[in-house]
Amino acid sequence: MSKIFTRMGDGSGIWMSEAEVRADLEAGMQEAVKRGKVPELTAEDMERLYEIMTDPNKVVSVERGNEVTHSFDAGTLKFGIRGGVPVDRLATILAHERAFASDSMELAHIDYSYKPVKAIAHEERQLMEQVQLNTIIPVLYGAMSNVGLYTKPDGPIENWAELLPMAKIKEAQEAQEEATKHATKDMIYVSEIMYEGGADGMNFDSVGASGDADFLAALKAVEYLKNKFPDMEIEMGMAGEFVLGMHGELTYDGQRLAGLYPHQQVKIAEKAGVTIFGPVINTNSSKSFPWNLARAVTFTKACAEAASIPIHPNAGMGVGGIPLTNTCPMDAMSRASKALVEIGKADGL
Amino acid sequence: MAFGHEMASGMGGVRTAGDLVARVTAKGKKIREAKKYVASKLRVSLFDLSDEALMKELREELNIGHVLARPGAAIGMEAKMRIAKLLDIEINSVNRFKSKAGL
Repeated sequence: MSKIFTRMGDGSGIWMSEAEVRADLEAGMQEAVKRGKVPELTAEDMERLYEIMTDPNKVVSVERGNEVTHSFDAGTLKFGIRGGVPVDRLATILAHERAFASDSMELAHIDYSYKPVKAIAHEERQLMEQVQLNTIIPVLYGAMSNVGLYTKPDGPIENWAELLPMAKIKEAQEAQEEATKHATKDMIYVSEIMYEGGADGMNFDSVGASGDADFLAALKAVEYLKNKFPDMEIEMGMAGEFVLGMHGELTYDGQRLAGLYPHQQVKIAEKAGVTIFGPVINTNSSKSFPWNLARAVTFTKACAEAASIPIHPNAGMGVGGIPLTNTCPMDAMSRASKALVEIGKADGL
Repeated sequence: MAFGHEMASGMGGVRTAGDLVARVTAKGKKIREAKKYVASKLRVSLFDLSDEALMKELREELNIGHVLARPGAAIGMEAKMRIAKLLDIEINSVNRFKSKAGL
């Protein structure tokens, strides 16, 4: 029996037999079914996933006609900051438009949260105005909701992560409720300024990073903005596959937020007014790439089928089946890209 | 990472109709509906939307911007104003520009 080259969830290369690949695909899919209470992939889906995984070509792609449009988080931070290329953010966006074939882009500040952006929002608007005059592709402004930034000593709120170990449950809940109000206010403040500067829309990224209060803060900001600016394009990308119940009892429109998985999160996001939803499915670095991708595709398909709006699953380092490594190998990345779109029914990444 | 995904599953931005479809999906339309909408406005097939050779000719003909800079061709805001009209959609920066320019 021939061996197939694939990878572990940390990116390291491994050789697996055909039977081992099939077994890991099945186990990854079943893990998602059990954890998220979502439907199994069909036998046809599993066979297609196996074909993608074992394709002898190093790089694979979607079939002609199945192409989708992609969006960004941390858009202008990738080329100029992480890549260390000495170009400004306008030039970065133009490079994406003219050279990197990007369908859309995101203007972002290096301190990628709404709280720090608040202090420089007008200067950010000035750049957004210049960007919009010079570019053709849609350009959103993005940052993280990051409710955790409102805790002492950086903010005015008691730190619930310190209160909870002391069994001060009520105090921890009240602190989160207070932080939510500050975060929502800042997200609305920055968004209004950017939209008035010509932004095509806003991206709320890594939502839920501080738990259910973080998710609620972003939902309330979206609801306000959508009522005020009905044409505003709003993308919401999550921080993890499962909303952590740091508070535990917060609700939106009667739905408890703690414990929601992507196919449930998207319905709440739709109610608030989100126009593109970005589910996250975490990669387990100690499991194989086939296991992780089958798991990610299972969650993604359930989310896509539940959604009335387009979904763009996060498919960067350590999410969406992608191995947890900064320089993701193209063999794994292209397989994840194809599988999330063609089997997971994603509208973009 | 982004470039890899664009090659594996992306439409190709202004090389094709990627930016046009992205504008429609961002308004809440699923990818299939968005492609149909754009294809009907451009009077091409869904298949044609991702064809670089065909879309280069069409984008130049419609003067809505392309990866290749051409003297005298619409760029930036000029191209977006044409895109808003062509797709019959609201583009925030276009509306803002018109207002600021007194158009």
